[in-house]
Amino acid sequence: MDFNDSPEEAAYRDKARAWLAENAAAHRAQFGDVKANTPEHMAAAKAWQARKAGAGYACITWPAAIGGGGGTPIQSVIFGQEETKAGLSYGYFTIGLGMCVPTVMAFSNTETKQRFVSPAVKGEEIWCQLFSEPAGGSDVAALRTRAIKDGDEWVINGQKVWTTGAHYCDFGILLTRTDPDVPKHKGLTMFWIDMRDAAVECRPIHQMSGGREFNEVYFTDLRVKDSQRLGEVGDGWKVALVTLMNERLAVGGSSGPNYREIMGLARELTGATGPAIKDNAFREKLADWYVQSEGLKFTRFRTMTALSRGQTPGPESSIGKIIAANQMQELANTAVEMEDQYGILVDPAQAPAEAAFQQSLMWAPGLRIAGGTDEILKNIIAERVLGLPGDVRVDKDVAFKDMPTGR
Amino acid sequence: MDFDFSDDQKFLKDEARKFLDGRCGPAVVRGVLDDPARSFDKDLWAAVAEQGWLGACIPEEFNGLGLGRVELCAIAEELGRAVAPIPFASTVYFLAEGVMLAGSQDQKATILPRIAAGELIGCLATSEGPGVVNASNLACRVEGGKLTGVKIPVTDGDVADMALVLASEAGKAGLYLVDLTAKGVSRETLKSLDPTRSVAKLTFDGVAAERIGEAGAGFDLVQAIMDRAAVLLAFEQLGGSDKCLEMAKDYALGRYAFGRVIAGYQAIKHKLADMYVKNEVARSNAYYGAWALNVDAPELPIAASAARIAASDAFWFSSKESIQVHGGMGFTWDVDCHLYYRRSRQLSLVAGAPRVWKERLVSQLEQKNAA
Ligand SMILES: Cc1cc2nc3c(=O)[nH]c(=O)nc-3n(C[C@H](O)[C@H](O)[C@H](O)COP(=O)(O)OP(=O)(O)OC[C@H]3O[C@@H](n4cnc5c(N)ncnc54)[C@H](O)[C@@H]3O)c2cc1C
Repeated sequence: MDFNDSPEEAAYRDKARAWLAENAAAHRAQFGDVKANTPEHMAAAKAWQARKAGAGYACITWPAAIGGGGGTPIQSVIFGQEETKAGLSYGYFTIGLGMCVPTVMAFSNTETKQRFVSPAVKGEEIWCQLFSEPAGGSDVAALRTRAIKDGDEWVINGQKVWTTGAHYCDFGILLTRTDPDVPKHKGLTMFWIDMRDAAVECRPIHQMSGGREFNEVYFTDLRVKDSQRLGEVGDGWKVALVTLMNERLAVGGSSGPNYREIMGLARELTGATGPAIKDNAFREKLADWYVQSEGLKFTRFRTMTALSRGQTPGPESSIGKIIAANQMQELANTAVEMEDQYGILVDPAQAPAEAAFQQSLMWAPGLRIAGGTDEILKNIIAERVLGLPGDVRVDKDVAFKDMPTGR
Repeated sequence: MDFDFSDDQKFLKDEARKFLDGRCGPAVVRGVLDDPARSFDKDLWAAVAEQGWLGACIPEEFNGLGLGRVELCAIAEELGRAVAPIPFASTVYFLAEGVMLAGSQDQKATILPRIAAGELIGCLATSEGPGVVNASNLACRVEGGKLTGVKIPVTDGDVADMALVLASEAGKAGLYLVDLTAKGVSRETLKSLDPTRSVAKLTFDGVAAERIGEAGAGFDLVQAIMDRAAVLLAFEQLGGSDKCLEMAKDYALGRYAFGRVIAGYQAIKHKLADMYVKNEVARSNAYYGAWALNVDAPELPIAASAARIAASDAFWFSSKESIQVHGGMGFTWDVDCHLYYRRSRQLSLVAGAPRVWKERLVSQLEQKNAA
């Protein structure tokens, strides 16, 4: 029971820190402070990713031969911690490198891997995950986007929704229905596609948080080669499961104000009966948040320990997002209420902490849904960790085309 | 980074579980529960002493095993899982830890070997009435080395040989070692929420009391003991909470309603998932506490508070929801759910209620941030 670095880990951390100190400064000197979700921000992100890749700090656990760092999972965690401390992190690559490219690597030939992996690692090309549809979110396998074989090609028609980053992505992995006459899981096939194809149309969706990070994506007679297929025809669900398994690892964390920040805010504000920090109801909540945050942090340490002992972390990591997302929502709401009338303000120039709590309040609902809703994650814990039976499945033996669909 | 029990510690834990499965099955726990005349299980106590657990962390020079605190945490987790009806916490976490923390060489030499041998049961007496113990308002007093006053409730006070008593002397709180077999001590066994762990009212009428630690430092010392006990108790709570989840899961997998096993209903599945999440948060915080306790880290007060808060929350939740999952069966005397429900309350209160620990945690965080 010791959470200090081993000598090798400490040496790696020192090296990473030194590299970050030098390179983060150089990076900042070049790009300055750029606003999120602007072309300049994307350029900065790509440059930073390339810089990391050059030094073996991008995709640390992947073999060096394909552009990765040839390192261990623990090294990857250590670098991530130091990178966060250095205040540098860009979200653009998470879905591609965390979920899509690993799926491509697992299900394509050498040629395809050679074509895609290295540019993705260097941040030259960005990937999106085209799974969810109006008819299939939690129930991804209910999707309707059709792919029909035509000679050596497939013709794809349909619509995806909630696709993060589709508007700036270069490639995507696309789950389609190739056989509606069999039960839903059996008739799916996965492809990689070029997002710049004229037959792909992206319409950014305005999120409740005000951002426009996700999209509707329409396919009208999109033609893809059979060689773009990932896995066998009809085996798309198996391929998707690999992506979804990686998703749990990739989406787990969340950034935003935490117990430290709300404590800082409470010190500055006046409460109903004196300084807000002295309010007992607040103090009890604060203690709970601290305990949850630390619990999550130490749970990650336990995962690292398991990794270092050669074990693979399983569905247990589902607890991370449930706790983090719910806490983000509760904590942000408490902060906003603590500001009293002023809490309405979202103007960064006017609001305390530059309205970070307000922004977090508006982002939290999305975090509770993206990458699996609370309910679905609890199902995963119940079924895959605790071994309880799956939900009743009325659609199991029904051909997809005969499935009730509702609205 | 090594944030788990080592292989040796896991081995110890497995052995402890096997031992308790054999020696401390539900029948043993119920033997104490069902018989108001019995305060604890003497056979189990003797067997536990024989295992060396009472002296696990007592240095070898005082006839203990000289193991680390993480090993004791591993044992504690198994004792909690078995809802062991013995005065282990009172003797080991309170008395032995208190003596090791603040005792003179003499006090250590007279007390610790007797604890290790299973010859001496201890207890900690702080409370004097409903509400939070207040250092500045203690009615128990020591004058000229004699203690007078009433402590209520004192866990294991009816069976202990020696007590650590918080009392005031010359207006300041001190902690005192009191031989409970001495003249002037009267004890009354009281009913408690958890009859597998007994409580008493202790009345002292001019009883010889020997100070432990510095004069006037009694309250700080009690707090330091509580910090240490909080980590160990958190492991007991965790063990109990894990067992509640297991019982609920097993029951849910065997019980049918509306033509289906109830474990297939999502309301039940999500309840069990919630238990799991709370247990894991508790486990991670408990591990941090174990580390802090083991190396006596300056972070101990924070780590101990977090461990206690998380473990109290997890055990309360899983003990009450486990009954719910068991339905009417869960509300019967015959099913073991209530043993855990009772124990969850006992463990949450015996070292001060979670609310008090939340306040302690936040004031520690405030100090840390101010520094
Ligand atoms: C910010 C954000 C980014 C996203 N990015 C992407 C992306 O890049 N690519 C992509 O493919 N998708 C993406 N998604 C989609 C996301 O995966 C889905 O929104 C999510 O899986 C839920 O699906 P849904 O929206 O269709 O809700 P539904 O599945 O319709 O769920 C509605 C409600 O029903 C509940 N429910 C559904 N099924 C069950 C069940 N079996 N048991 C109990 N309750 C159930 C849900 O928990 C929820 O409360 C994103 C979503 C968000 C919010």
